[in-house]
Amino acid sequence: MIPPREPDVKNLNYLFWAYTLIWVALAGYLLTLSIRLRAVTSQLRRLKSRLPGDER
Amino acid sequence: MGFRMEALDRNLRRAEILLFGAVGILMIVSLYFVFKVVPSEVTMGVVQRIFYFHVPSAWVAFLGFFVVFLSSIVYLATRRLIWDTVAHAAAELGVLFCGIVLFTGPIWARPVWGTWWTWEARLTTTLVLEMVYVAYLVLRSQAENRDQAARLAAVVGIVGFLDVPIIYYSVQIWRGHHPIVFKSSGGQGLEPIMLKTFMLCMGTFTLFFLLLLALRVRLGILQDALAELKEHDSTAGA
Repeated sequence: MIPPREPDVKNLNYLFWAYTLIWVALAGYLLTLSIRLRAVTSQLRRLKSRLPGDER
Repeated sequence: MGFRMEALDRNLRRAEILLFGAVGILMIVSLYFVFKVVPSEVTMGVVQRIFYFHVPSAWVAFLGFFVVFLSSIVYLATRRLIWDTVAHAAAELGVLFCGIVLFTGPIWARPVWGTWWTWEARLTTTLVLEMVYVAYLVLRSQAENRDQAARLAAVVGIVGFLDVPIIYYSVQIWRGHHPIVFKSSGGQGLEPIMLKTFMLCMGTFTLFFLLLLALRVRLGILQDALAELKEHDSTAGA
């Protein structure tokens, strides 16, 4: 009878750290991108409201 | 100009929402395949699963630098700043994904090769590529004005891309021991399910790259519009 296969857990910590690093990097970049976008949009809105008349 | 900018901005927003949904779903499916469906590789074991996100990261990094290369050529030919905005956005993304490659590679190498890093041809040329495009971003931030930044960065962006084919052929030329993912003949030794999972991850990362590029280009366009408005504001106030 073939014994049941042991779950392959050797070096699992390397896999964990690799995927954690990828997600932290991507989520961090998305977060900074959205912060920068929000900041520029609000600055634009503020500046536009200061300009005389509607430019469009 | 304001009207055209806003129309472009609106279209980019629509594309972003569609891409965001698609990337979200594909990312979940990819992770399911990587951790649940695909079997562990016989010799490397579970750590081989890093490959499914490591190689697609390398692919989109190269794609990003290719966009920099093309946009820089078009910018130098036309002097239209929108191409510089695209190049800048793609360079930032290229550096991000190349950084992921340079960190996940050693995490894979430690249990497989027994060392975090070796000055092997592909690793070294990839590190050089990352440094070239980090220099590209630093150069932009140090330039005196927008035109100078665009002009100098375009030259670095074009010359820097020459490293990409060197990286691709480095294993064959210098006989390095980095695994060859794509072979021109003889197959690549991947099980069909592994190949399917790999292609799924490649597609997911490509779409994710396009989403980030759309977002970053929109940011660049808005930053240019803001700079223009500030200039207008200061001249009106003077």
